Amino acid sequence: MKQDADVLIPGGGLNGPALALALARAGLTVTVVDAQPPRARADVAFDGRAYALAIASRRLLSAIGIWDKVAPHSQPILQIKASDGRPGEGASPFFLTFDAAEIEEGPMGFMVEDRHLYAAFLEAMEQTPGLTHIPATAVTAQQPTETGITVTLSDGRHLRAKVLVGCDGRTSGTAERAGISRTGWSYGQTAIVCAVDHDLPHNGTAQQFFMPSGPLAILPLPGNRSSIVWSETDDTARTIVALDDDAFLAALRPRFGDHLGAIRLAGPRFTYPLSLTLANSYTAPRVALVGDAAHGVHPIAGQGLNLGLRDVAALAQVLVEAERRGEDIGTADVLDRYQSWRRFDSTALALGMDAVNRLFSNDNPLLRIGRDLGMGVVDALPGLRRRFIRQAAGLNEDKARLLQGLPL
Amino acid sequence: MTQTQTRPATGSIDEAEVAKFQAMAAEWWDPNGKFRPLHLMNPCRLDYITRQIAAEFGRDLRGPRAFEGLRILDIGCGGGLLSEPMARLGATVLGADAAARNIPVARLHAEAQGLEIDYRHITAEALAAEGERFDVILNMEVIEHVFNPPEFLKTCHDLLVTGGLMICSTLNRNAKSFMMAIVGAEWVMRWLPKGTHDWSKFITPDELYGLIHGAGLDPVDRKGMVFNPVTWSWSLSDRDLSVNYVTASIRRD
Repeated sequence: MKQDADVLIPGGGLNGPALALALARAGLTVTVVDAQPPRARADVAFDGRAYALAIASRRLLSAIGIWDKVAPHSQPILQIKASDGRPGEGASPFFLTFDAAEIEEGPMGFMVEDRHLYAAFLEAMEQTPGLTHIPATAVTAQQPTETGITVTLSDGRHLRAKVLVGCDGRTSGTAERAGISRTGWSYGQTAIVCAVDHDLPHNGTAQQFFMPSGPLAILPLPGNRSSIVWSETDDTARTIVALDDDAFLAALRPRFGDHLGAIRLAGPRFTYPLSLTLANSYTAPRVALVGDAAHGVHPIAGQGLNLGLRDVAALAQVLVEAERRGEDIGTADVLDRYQSWRRFDSTALALGMDAVNRLFSNDNPLLRIGRDLGMGVVDALPGLRRRFIRQAAGLNEDKARLLQGLPL
Repeated sequence: MTQTQTRPATGSIDEAEVAKFQAMAAEWWDPNGKFRPLHLMNPCRLDYITRQIAAEFGRDLRGPRAFEGLRILDIGCGGGLLSEPMARLGATVLGADAAARNIPVARLHAEAQGLEIDYRHITAEALAAEGERFDVILNMEVIEHVFNPPEFLKTCHDLLVTGGLMICSTLNRNAKSFMMAIVGAEWVMRWLPKGTHDWSKFITPDELYGLIHGAGLDPVDRKGMVFNPVTWSWSLSDRDLSVNYVTASIRRD
């Protein structure tokens, strides 16, 4: 049966293009179908949305030829401070500091604005042979067969591929049409995202304050500018977002503290209701799910994109290896390898972040003291536990070539 | 004995063995069905096969149809678990099986995949007698089922062109392989029907190298295939040839 592409990817956000580039650079043909129109190019104005890229994610961007375009606009994270806090009191004296000087890899991560990352993906997709980008078009139906999957687009076209990879977010239509159910719950919290200009330099320090109503992250952007991810209960968030700029800043200041001097808003405010949503399977016949479509996590510590890129690295490697040994890349044999590689890791991380958020979104004084003293344990335990379990399972996401910065 | 009476006079196929496989011939392509063990092992086998062929014939697996122009014989092709990948990589494939029932199953599946594969109910000896020649012979998990391994390998030699490559895998014969392949796979896990394998027909790596030499082929590589019960997957090993292992050999003359 003639295929239009080896792999069809609904979803043009960040995971979709990343997977498409990884696959196309390895010789597969890929079509990205994006329901959204392409956002304006690199000249788009600063809007404050940004990502904290882990080192492994940065390596993946290098391996798919994106990092060089993004690097000039990135801010290295040289230090991370995490502490317990209450509005007006500032940070508790028991805070954890992680310094880039302690590890050999250099910076602990990089802050990259959405506008630069997206523009780099858009440009790379246009220039990569074997990759077709269909914007402003939705997938309306999908029909798996023995040998492939046929997809109907909103313009009436039918496309055939060997495998369909849903990178279409936490309300994934790909998952829904495949009959994959979801498990999850709302946190009753909303994240308010914005950027601020400040008078004093941040010196590459990222801060995370655990407030009773939800965490507040202050993440360094290039220049004297930081990205804020401020989580509040839904009701409070609604009230805060409705405030005018001056009143909004007045509400933010006591939480933000004065360590960076005077602050001013540097762009619009965005709100994201927080919820956990896990797909009950990462695969279905001729279908795989990546990123939020598989696991929409609490955005604490900014793990959403990093987790998605780990899926990208694993799935790209599984599909390319299968292609090179002559397997049909859309069969259950092949897709199961991706699911068993990724599912344990991302579910553990999602539930771990859920637990951390529950522990810290609480104003019980005993818990507060326990939190302050136990902070190091909370931080160290999930890592230790995961390392132990992964070792036992013989699994390690670092095995993924793309996360080591290697081509497929 | 009945078995002796029904044995063909010249062919290497042990008909009692063939009958056992005929009973198992359904569900070839269900990864969770009867042939789950083969499906689990297939990526590991294919990694070895594709890399050996690519190295021997100077092919780049990163490109499309890397095996274009190569003629490959898959002996004991079953449902086509190896023939199809080879065809997808561009090779001209002849899948031969001594069990007639496997042939239509394999043909149907390949057609649905849009793959052209010449599946035949024929023995290696008959192919050699017809003067067929191949660049590559896949001789995977077959030799422990044939009646006369030395003669069978000589036939494989005759079927290869000069410079041709034979990949041959089988099971080692020791206490561990008895525990793993007979007790574990057949009695405990019930992955394979009881009686699938006759442990006394297993061959040690050194014996196999000796047989390959004796058939006029030059053995150039051997690796273990090791099952990891935690990750539930197979991988290649340089050192552990204690149960499943695979070899590569070349016809020089």
